[in-house]
Amino acid sequence: MIPELGLAALWLAAALAALQLTGGAAAQRGDAGDLAALVRPAAILQGLLALFAFTMLLWSFVVTDLSVKLVADNSHSMKPLIFKLAGAWGNHEGSMLLWVTVLSLAGGLIALIERRLPERTMQATLAAQGFVALGFYAFLLLSSNPFERLPVPAAEGLGLNPLLQDIGLAFHPPTLYFGYVGLSVAFSFAVGALLTRQVTPEFARVMRPWILGAWVFLTLGITAGSYWAYYELGWGGWWFWDPVENASLMPWLAATALLHSASVLAARDALRSWTIMLGVVAFSMSMVGTFLVRSGILTSVHAFAVDPERGSFILALLALYIGGALLLFALRAGTISEGQRFALLSREGALVFNNVMLSAALGIVLLGTLYPLLAEALDMRVSVGPPYFNPMSAVFVIPMLMVMTVGPLLRWRHDNIDRIRLPLALLVAIAVTVALLVGLLASVGLLPMLGLVLSVPLALAAFLPLKGRRLTRVPLATWGMVIAHFGVAVALFGMANESAFTRERLAAIEIGGTERVEDWQITLEGVDAVAGPNWTALEARLIAQRGQGEPVRISPQARNFWTPPQQTTESALITRWDGQLYAVVGDQTGDGRWQLRLWWKPFVTFIWYGGILVALGGVLAIAGRVLGDLKRRRVAARSMARRSERGRLRGAAQTAGDRA
Amino acid sequence: MKPFVIALMAFLAVPLAAQDSMPPAPYAYRQLDDPRQEAAAQALMETLRCLKCQSQSIADSDAPMAGDMRHQVRMRIAAGEEPEAIRAWLVERYGDYVSYVPRVSTATWPLFAVPLLILILAALILRRRIGARGGE
Repeated sequence: MIPELGLAALWLAAALAALQLTGGAAAQRGDAGDLAALVRPAAILQGLLALFAFTMLLWSFVVTDLSVKLVADNSHSMKPLIFKLAGAWGNHEGSMLLWVTVLSLAGGLIALIERRLPERTMQATLAAQGFVALGFYAFLLLSSNPFERLPVPAAEGLGLNPLLQDIGLAFHPPTLYFGYVGLSVAFSFAVGALLTRQVTPEFARVMRPWILGAWVFLTLGITAGSYWAYYELGWGGWWFWDPVENASLMPWLAATALLHSASVLAARDALRSWTIMLGVVAFSMSMVGTFLVRSGILTSVHAFAVDPERGSFILALLALYIGGALLLFALRAGTISEGQRFALLSREGALVFNNVMLSAALGIVLLGTLYPLLAEALDMRVSVGPPYFNPMSAVFVIPMLMVMTVGPLLRWRHDNIDRIRLPLALLVAIAVTVALLVGLLASVGLLPMLGLVLSVPLALAAFLPLKGRRLTRVPLATWGMVIAHFGVAVALFGMANESAFTRERLAAIEIGGTERVEDWQITLEGVDAVAGPNWTALEARLIAQRGQGEPVRISPQARNFWTPPQQTTESALITRWDGQLYAVVGDQTGDGRWQLRLWWKPFVTFIWYGGILVALGGVLAIAGRVLGDLKRRRVAARSMARRSERGRLRGAAQTAGDRA
Repeated sequence: MKPFVIALMAFLAVPLAAQDSMPPAPYAYRQLDDPRQEAAAQALMETLRCLKCQSQSIADSDAPMAGDMRHQVRMRIAAGEEPEAIRAWLVERYGDYVSYVPRVSTATWPLFAVPLLILILAALILRRRIGARGGE
């Protein structure tokens, strides 16, 4: 019964999305009648119904209703509750339901609280939101029904895969979905503004928190995914340019560009059509991301071609949304004037330059990700990896980082180079010093060198916008920018150091033997067999000592799971402020020695600290903007109340005068 | 992340028995004594694809085949072969797919033509957006 209720709610929600679309469309034809009035309530109700459907799915997983196919395939009565819950979205159908639930809740939320835009623009926005949701409802209901029943209930569920019982894995995909959905809201606003020709600073201000939110979630998702790969794969790599990683990086790049463009629009009423265009691109990238991850195309293009139902459905949605939006853009872009003008040397100029660079880098990642798939479909096998992505994207990212260093120092509209000559000279001097120091002391590849040289001035320059201001009076949003830019510098510093100065030691050593890596001494004290609930492992007891420092015990493991049989490495890490020691134990060699893999990775943690700082900057910016909006709203309400009070008094005086 | 994990498990699930029956490859997990040679081998290994994994180079994979290839690379570097000659040998053996450094060929030319196009496009957009107004 419970699953059927969920399914019914899903159908109703789909119908409401259709109503939202029709109502919004009717409003655009100048018919502001009953249908148009239904748009907001329909959006709210649709959100609630989707939430209800998702709750029903969660419930089916909590009680392990094995007559539901999805539960039988992905859960198990013996699983801990948290993983039963996470199992609800740890699969194709459930994750798509989560997608559409978040999407429609976001739609419901804007329908409920957003009153700043003209009503027709809002209706168009909600219609676009309904249109996007409708596609996903169709996908769920026609080809991926999460509530499908089995003819005969299963005796027990299949999903007790211990490797997937990882709290990080349980929350990683939803984090990215929140990001994707936030960008879809931004897209709906863009469509609404485009349809009603209301590409105004107000529109940018309304859209901005959604972009920022999406951006924060994407940042956190990418950072966490990178650390997971670093920690779990056992070789110390933190970015592989894997298509799944790129699926989250591409929307992030687009969102970064969109965010800055929307800020220009909000502050200066410039870059109108550019902002709309980026809104379309950002959403397209989240659709591409969903397609890559959800269609199964990555496992094998050929398997995808044999059973293409789901993949083609998403592909069709992709074509419909992106094609439709681009068509609309092409038809309407001509009617949007460009907005305020600005000089080359101005804050806007720097932002435009960086937006173009970000978009170009995005183009490279998109090409490198999709081209091998395309080639494989044509029966050619092509590998595109770090040796392609790194230099190609650096062509655009390096100039971007340079401009990013000085951009925030510039004034809006028009600036004079003489005004910033002193800080500029200082930053260049610092960069040159770093380059000389690194060049003299070590031999380093070009890209890590550029990373080191740029990161230090960038980190300092991030704080320059605070110069000469009372820190307590600096707006939260400005703090957000400062911290996010500083975070980029920190991450860049970590990446450059890791790739320039990592020391590796692979060795087979006997018990009691000692190995060195950089200034660490690692002694193998012994190897024990240990057992967990569903695995056995070989655990190496290592004593690591840095220079003359305190010895530290660590114990990396090589685990063997038996259901299903799998081998994993559990690396052991020692974190110091200036880097991490990374130790992995491998197999025993024929002569009784043990394989050890040891790395000293200087400042590697800065990569993820940087990611967290960037996300924190985003959160501060959201807080600043939303608090500002609330304050404005309160002030507006107060002045409105005062005005009506005054009106009433005047009215009363008038009546009194009339009477007299 | 999920397909990634599945692929990861697929290669981790290679039974241990298969690993034991592999011919011994001592340099899979052992560095060359000469640091210069080891650095050259490492740089090469990072650009060779592990054929059993998804998006990992042979320098960061536990797959037996990757270990075997690491052994081959280190042996050949130690024997004084040029890295590019080793790459060519591997490409001949396993196809272009094994190398992460795409060569310009009939199959890969768009990978080089499109970035050029992007570069030109970026320059054009910048010129239109800001260049024309520089005099203001």
